[in-house]
Amino acid sequence: MKIEAKGLDFTALNEMIKSSDGDCEINGCLGQRFIADGLGNGKVVINGIPGNALGAYLNGAEITVRGNAQDAVGDTMNDGKIVIHGSIGDTAGYAMRGGEIYVENNAGYRAGIHMKEYKGKKPVIVIGGRTGSFLGEYQAGGLIIVLGRNSDGKPTVGNFPCTGMHGGKMVIRGSVEDIRFPQQVTLRDATADDMAEIMPFLKNYCNYFDFDINELTEEKFTVITPDSRKPYKQMYVAN
Amino acid sequence: MFPSYLTSDFEVVRNPSRCTNCRICEKQCANGVHSYDSSAKVMISDETKCVDCLRCITYCPTKALKIVKNDCCFRENENWKSETIKEIYKQADSGGVLLSSMGNPQPLPVYWDRILINASQVTNPPIDPLREPMETKVFLGKKPSEITRKSDGTLDTKLPPQLELAMPIMFSAMSYGSISYNAHKGLAKAAELLGICYNTGEGGLHEDFYCYGENTVVQVASGRFGVHEGYLNAGAAIEIKMGQGAKPGIGGHLPGTKTVGDIACTRMIPEGSDAISPAPHHDIYSIEDLRQLVYSLKEATNYKKPIIVKVAAVHNIAAIASGIARSGADMIAIDGFRGGTGAAPTRIRDNVGIPIELALAAVDQRLRDEGIRNSVSLIVGGSIRSAADAIKAIALGADACYVATAALIAMGCHLCRSCQSGKCNWGIATQVPALVDRLDPETACNNLVNLMTAWKHEMKEIMGGMGINSIEALKGNRLMLRGVGLTEKELEILGISHAGE
Repeated sequence: MKIEAKGLDFTALNEMIKSSDGDCEINGCLGQRFIADGLGNGKVVINGIPGNALGAYLNGAEITVRGNAQDAVGDTMNDGKIVIHGSIGDTAGYAMRGGEIYVENNAGYRAGIHMKEYKGKKPVIVIGGRTGSFLGEYQAGGLIIVLGRNSDGKPTVGNFPCTGMHGGKMVIRGSVEDIRFPQQVTLRDATADDMAEIMPFLKNYCNYFDFDINELTEEKFTVITPDSRKPYKQMYVAN
Repeated sequence: MFPSYLTSDFEVVRNPSRCTNCRICEKQCANGVHSYDSSAKVMISDETKCVDCLRCITYCPTKALKIVKNDCCFRENENWKSETIKEIYKQADSGGVLLSSMGNPQPLPVYWDRILINASQVTNPPIDPLREPMETKVFLGKKPSEITRKSDGTLDTKLPPQLELAMPIMFSAMSYGSISYNAHKGLAKAAELLGICYNTGEGGLHEDFYCYGENTVVQVASGRFGVHEGYLNAGAAIEIKMGQGAKPGIGGHLPGTKTVGDIACTRMIPEGSDAISPAPHHDIYSIEDLRQLVYSLKEATNYKKPIIVKVAAVHNIAAIASGIARSGADMIAIDGFRGGTGAAPTRIRDNVGIPIELALAAVDQRLRDEGIRNSVSLIVGGSIRSAADAIKAIALGADACYVATAALIAMGCHLCRSCQSGKCNWGIATQVPALVDRLDPETACNNLVNLMTAWKHEMKEIMGGMGINSIEALKGNRLMLRGVGLTEKELEILGISHAGE
């Protein structure tokens, strides 16, 4: 189903998406919020710029955006896939529990904070360019991959990444010298096992955005993991 | 620090003529206070571990035990009280932030106790609730500002989603994790039988309890634990937790030792990890941002669930509530500084936030002044201790009350304020399987139903005495209240006259 979004407010647009009961393509999208929130299945293609909270609580549907997206993409997302042919705003994948987000270019502040995982259910965010500050704060699980393909000379990750990180894994491609990490995380070069773990997601990225996997893997990858799953254990005394 | 400067807070007094060395006290105490000295053939006590939960007293078959306050004391000093000195010893020894639980125990004013209720005499007859119908049912949610009719002249009865309660009380948020499976089960079953709601707190909803959905408020907090589309649609309403009365302005940590088994699964974090709720929602920096979360939840649940926004009672609460009322929220929950918690830094618990009575009166008045009182319902908690407190809250302007500490006490809590240890001898604030088993969900449920049924009768009697036969007619009816021993300013904020006026 094709939906012409021009002039529609978010309620009307979302009602049309929900009633389409499956695949739909939205043209002329311009800032409508909450698109496909909680959507369980189907494929949604968006031509234009969706507003905040795209695919919040997404529950299995696939969203493709041909353009940039704004803040809170995939907030508390549970399952499904979001592919952004462009850049995204702040707080992408906040408290994400499952599914995958792929961003061709850059992400704003606070991407992937408080991501979780439980046993086999593991959320993944792949960001092609760079991210703003506070990447992966309080990260409790899941996988954040930042590829640093930005050409603006800025560091791959902004200030204060991984604060309070106590689970999951972050992988950064290229130099990490300019990035200041907190004391409670450990950096190491990616092992063959690490590379095998992230390879399917790198391949997806190359597939979606037409990039050469060999060129991507030529650079070195650094893995960041937390030292403790209980960062605040020593902070308190019973009173 | 050795030897420790800390003296025990309590003394275990054992009557040797009654003690039979049955060792039941030893088995009942998870803190390891009691033990048997086999060479001397006597029970002995390590009082430094005692938290005064009274479990051993309750289960001692010969009533040989009592716990008393240790009268071994520091030299009396009104400035340096023994509590203060002991806290300094603890911090000097550990370097740690003092961690407490339950509500603020400090001797600060309890305004409920300074407010008195009216009754009818001669001119406006009281109503006997035993022979006349009294309506305690309430509907929480946005109310339309005007009556609209369809083109054929009939009433347009389409309303925003409402939460229907058989009495104006709900069990407030206590997470699965901070309290046990059996405690949650007791609350859920009781809520169903009473026709009210309990609240999941921020730890998600155990899969066994989805069947109580119609009587469940599901909470979304900064950690977003256990939040997914199915969870959001499972409850009767969704509560966004911005703050909590026991610890306004800070988040929470469920220690890794408590995130075991089903708790890790329900919260969806790896087993043994700390469950960290950040102080802020990192995507909310303004009323507009709050509006975004409210509407993303409404979109994800097809506008079928009313949204509650819960905040702690703090300075400028009236302005904050006014903002929330404009965010699209259907209800505002305000939690006073005496609200309980499973763990809060002592300094925050005892020094941050304001009394719920003042916050409620200020908010209700502000929303009325701005003409938006009916676009939200007000729920208040922290702490409502009795039917009388609830009646006073409603007369001050609340639509309903949140009750948690009283519910815990009904289930057997003895307010020893040691929840943070995870060793609750009453099976409530613990995840130790042997301790959890001590709380029978059926008994817990029965006690909760009894308590609330009794409160309901009391509320009807008090209302009847005033000649009022429905909660609706009592709501915001401040003429029914008078203050005693309050200053002009306090009376002004509460919006009530002094007794005798």
